[in-house]
Amino acid sequence: MNAAPGITPTAEDGQNALDRAVGGTYRHGFVTDIESDTLPPGLDEDVIRVISRKKDEPQFLLDWRLRAFRHWQTMQEPAWAYVRYPPIDFQSISYYSAPKQNKDGPKSLADVDPKLLETYDKLGIPLHERARLAGVAVDAVFDSVSVATTFKDRLSKAGVIFCPFSEAVKTHPALLEQWLGSVVPHTDNFYAALNSAVFTDGSFVYIPKGVRCPMELSTYFRINAANTGQFERTLIIADEGSHVSYLEGCTAPKRDENQLHAAVVELVALDNAEIKYSTVQNWYPGDENGVGGIYNFVTKRGDCRGHRSKISWTQVETGSAITWKYPSCILTGDDSVGEFYSVAVANHHQQADTGTKMIHVGRNTRSTIVSKGISAGLAQNTYRGLVKILPSAEGARNYTQCDSLLMSPTCGAHTFPYVEVRNPTAIVEHEATTSRIGEDQLFYCLQRGLSQEDAVNMIVNGFCKAVFKELPMEFAVEAQNLLAVSLEGSVG
Amino acid sequence: MNATTLPTTPLLEVLDLHVEVNGKPILKGVNLTVNAGEVHAIMGPNGSGKSTLSHVVAGKPGYVVTGGSLRYKGQDLLALAPEERARAGIFLAFQYPLEIPGVNNVYLLKAALNARHRHLGLPEVDAFEFLQLVKSKMQRMQMPESFLSRGVNEGFSGGEKKRNEVLQMQVLEPTLALLDETDSGLDIDALKVVSNGVNDLRSPERAIVMVTHYQRLLDYIVPDQVHVLVDGRVLLSGGKELALELEQRGYDWVRAQDAA
Ligand SMILES: Nc1ncnc2c1ncn2[C@@H]1O[C@H](COP(=O)(O)OP(=O)(O)OP(=O)(O)O)[C@@H](O)[C@H]1O
Ligand SMILES: [Mg+2]
Repeated sequence: MNAAPGITPTAEDGQNALDRAVGGTYRHGFVTDIESDTLPPGLDEDVIRVISRKKDEPQFLLDWRLRAFRHWQTMQEPAWAYVRYPPIDFQSISYYSAPKQNKDGPKSLADVDPKLLETYDKLGIPLHERARLAGVAVDAVFDSVSVATTFKDRLSKAGVIFCPFSEAVKTHPALLEQWLGSVVPHTDNFYAALNSAVFTDGSFVYIPKGVRCPMELSTYFRINAANTGQFERTLIIADEGSHVSYLEGCTAPKRDENQLHAAVVELVALDNAEIKYSTVQNWYPGDENGVGGIYNFVTKRGDCRGHRSKISWTQVETGSAITWKYPSCILTGDDSVGEFYSVAVANHHQQADTGTKMIHVGRNTRSTIVSKGISAGLAQNTYRGLVKILPSAEGARNYTQCDSLLMSPTCGAHTFPYVEVRNPTAIVEHEATTSRIGEDQLFYCLQRGLSQEDAVNMIVNGFCKAVFKELPMEFAVEAQNLLAVSLEGSVG
Repeated sequence: MNATTLPTTPLLEVLDLHVEVNGKPILKGVNLTVNAGEVHAIMGPNGSGKSTLSHVVAGKPGYVVTGGSLRYKGQDLLALAPEERARAGIFLAFQYPLEIPGVNNVYLLKAALNARHRHLGLPEVDAFEFLQLVKSKMQRMQMPESFLSRGVNEGFSGGEKKRNEVLQMQVLEPTLALLDETDSGLDIDALKVVSNGVNDLRSPERAIVMVTHYQRLLDYIVPDQVHVLVDGRVLLSGGKELALELEQRGYDWVRAQDAA
């Protein structure tokens, strides 16, 4: 899709009504029972129609889903990543279940598993958020609800649209139609195609021209997002000259019944716009023996479509049994900037294959990659990165730094940096190190009276500093604590 | 050393200590008694086992004690983990201080002081008071404040690392300080600054054991005793004059004396 700056909320209203009307006529077009809360396992076009219907979606979206599904059926599950898992039976998954109410949850914090609360404490999760995270019945958490309302007011005053994807479908269908799939097409890859066919919810963000989003979308998000399901879709558009910092995820352990997760995140930055996208991912990694745990196959891509635009990915990944994730930047606009800062921790039997792609298209585009991989136990941690300089990318520059820290003799670290340079003026630099956690460094800290645990945390945090300093302040502290919890007792 | 029994227990008592590294004997029966209030200097040729001795006292892994004993305030040191020894007041200024990239110098210091406080049942240090304390000690060590926020020893020059070790020591106020060649690599002015820093710590409750190759240091920090460690054993002990004599006669003289 071509650059299409200049969307304004007013232009979209007429379209909105039209879309709704179109969606409305279709509502009666099929017969599958839509009353049930959960669909039986299995995936076919009818299932997709049900999902779309349940979400009250306009026709274009259903058509798009169906195109994605038809394409997905022609695709093979990729096998190139350095991860091993038993084959996934996509017909054994239920693709829709209504968001659960919290009615069945604990009635108050007093009813919550003390171990869970202890973890929140270690992570430094603010008190007012613990109840929601632990799934305490909603009406008991009115504190956070009122906080959220205040946030909403401030955002709408600034003209920022920030809402669940399913709401945007109804309130801003024109924006969706214009941008959905414009960065990650429905044909992009196996998991992205699947997501496009069956996604149930996610987030939508639009920052109007020249607006600096008045707050980190983090805080708001943490209070509101729940039950976005296993196929999550996020779309963020930063119009010309706008700025937004978005924070996804949470350091708190996230419990989820679904083993397979395949999310898609699309970012678009127009001229002079900047998007900072930070992720902390702490899904269930499985137990010490590698049983259970989430499979996380994510497609994240940002398009620096405008000149002098900037997209920056920062991620701290400690969870999931399998992580397959390569947040990428397409640097289309001249002088645009892409950044990727990553800490990936793998412990016990976890497998992480993550990295980034920086595709330089425009002139004088710049990218920076800083990847810190930490492996412990029997884990395998792989960095896979691609830096591609197209012939048009006159004067492009990339700097890549890729460090691995090994905490045990039984873990593994692997680095696959691919570089493709097709413009002779480009400068591409790559530095890589692999080190075992230093016995001598450790002894130095112990000699100063630190416990083994504290010493390890300190050294590991030092190792990750270049990434942590990119995180929003309050989150950096939590991320540090998270690392400590993830690596508890792991020096071997 | 029971011959010189004192009314109080020695701070450090090394008795016939035998230590191996990778199956190779390094210390071959070291005896050393250090009482509170004393300053001892240990001299000796390269590779004679001086650092090994200080490492073993501090509890560095990788050394196998094959014989003898090690007591601190009458307590069996070998039963204590390195961090427990540190919290009990043993401090080692490393011959080669380690770099810990990304970890603020001041952060390590604070964690170290807090660990000691916890051990003593004291409350955690107040952030403001701590900073005041560190800054005053830095002034004493003539270190610019910019060193606070730099990574621990990261990119420090050899002399700056040594100064930083003594700064840590000043903040932690150990009972037994082991200084392993803290004077090596210091310029003339820095030697004075560091020596003053060490002398600040001299007190009737504390003891200092310093490993050095240069008698010059002993002009600044005057020792009560000088020991000569050769090939894993203390072959000779004496007063401050011994250092001067060594400088004139060399270690072969010590070996010859021992053979005699
Ligand atoms: N890991 C090791 N394996 C084998 N030999 C070792 C090991 N570590 C130390 N040694 C040996 O132990 C001996 C004593 O070393 P130590 O560092 O204690 O000497 P030192 O007296 O401090 O010397 P210097 O004055 O040069 O600092 C040396 O011969 C050294 O090579
Ligand atoms: Mg030595």
